Amino acid sequence: MSGLGHYLEQEGLATTQISLIRLHTEKIKPPRALWVPFELGRPLGAANDAVFQRRVLLAVLGLLEAEHGPVLVDYPEEAPAAEASDMEGWVCPIKLAPPPKPESPDGQLAEAMADEMARLQPWFDLAVETRGRSSLGLSGVELETARAFLLSFLGAEPAQNPLPALKPAEALRLVYDDLKAFYVDAATAQPGKASGREMQEWLWGETSFGKILFALRAKLLAAEDKDLRLAGKWFLVPSSQWDRAP
Amino acid sequence: MARLDDIDPHMRQDLIELECPRFESQPWVEGAPLAERRVAIISTAGLQRRGDRPFAWDAGDYRIILGDSAGDELVMSHISTNFDRSAFQQDMNVAFPIDRLNELATEGTIGSVARFHYSFMGATAPQEMEAATRHLAGLMKDDDVDAVLLLPI
Repeated sequence: MSGLGHYLEQEGLATTQISLIRLHTEKIKPPRALWVPFELGRPLGAANDAVFQRRVLLAVLGLLEAEHGPVLVDYPEEAPAAEASDMEGWVCPIKLAPPPKPESPDGQLAEAMADEMARLQPWFDLAVETRGRSSLGLSGVELETARAFLLSFLGAEPAQNPLPALKPAEALRLVYDDLKAFYVDAATAQPGKASGREMQEWLWGETSFGKILFALRAKLLAAEDKDLRLAGKWFLVPSSQWDRAP
Repeated sequence: MARLDDIDPHMRQDLIELECPRFESQPWVEGAPLAERRVAIISTAGLQRRGDRPFAWDAGDYRIILGDSAGDELVMSHISTNFDRSAFQQDMNVAFPIDRLNELATEGTIGSVARFHYSFMGATAPQEMEAATRHLAGLMKDDDVDAVLLLPI
């Protein structure tokens, strides 16, 4: 991000920016930067908190009136969601059946995921109705097709690619993103202040979908297709969950 | 949380070791008071309109976001799974604060909001985005933009 500030300023456009990784900003020295102590993925700090977002926005825009630079200022406030969550902890309000044990017969995880999605569907619908938008739509395929395609990578041969213009690894990433978006839209349909880490702990630690992603990652890491190996290594499980026991 | 100590050890090490570009000069563009500025957003969150082309691995290109219709069609195709998306899914303003920016324009804190905004996919090295970024500078000047808000993810 900071490099873009240099390029634009060289072209005659003034810039100001949020910094999430202070170390990188210190090295690149963009003209104006506000470092914020917020989670990655939340540069304005908190969802559904217009007052807090406004304060952050005013702070970063205010740097445009600095007299000389480079300017790197630390934002003094913590994100409100993180503070609340630290005290109480977030629990997904939708009760799902515990995932099958890793040694369960083939097919049980797939059935469990289908059951999860059925239970999540009304909450997903509520989220869409409340927000006026969903987070789906990267792959453009129906969720059932997305689930079947993803699960097929656990078998001997992947199913026919529903996105034939794309390589299988790229299609897999997009259907995975849509399925993940569905789960998260549903889990956040009720008001609550889950941190990003709590959401990861839920998705990869408490759902059958998460267990499937771990199994898929293990399989793809040994794939012959280099793109599938990359997908297995980087796309399916966040690094914060890599050390989780199966 | 974006303190390095709060990030998981695998990612923290990658971030510490990440090679950052060095710049010989320190450009600095001055401008009008904030209340007269026209502001555009450039995000590196891999944002796109639903139905637009998803970002690919190592993509150095950008997507255009229309400020007045971002609400129901903005989705994220960043390749990384390591940052939180749940907040963005609940409220796009946490990563793309177009509503907040419009409010500041309405009350006169800033001059106006650009018609077009842009997104890259920030897992790409900055050097790979340089040509497109310089191209965008011209497009934004054509839109009378004189302040760019850069937002990472």
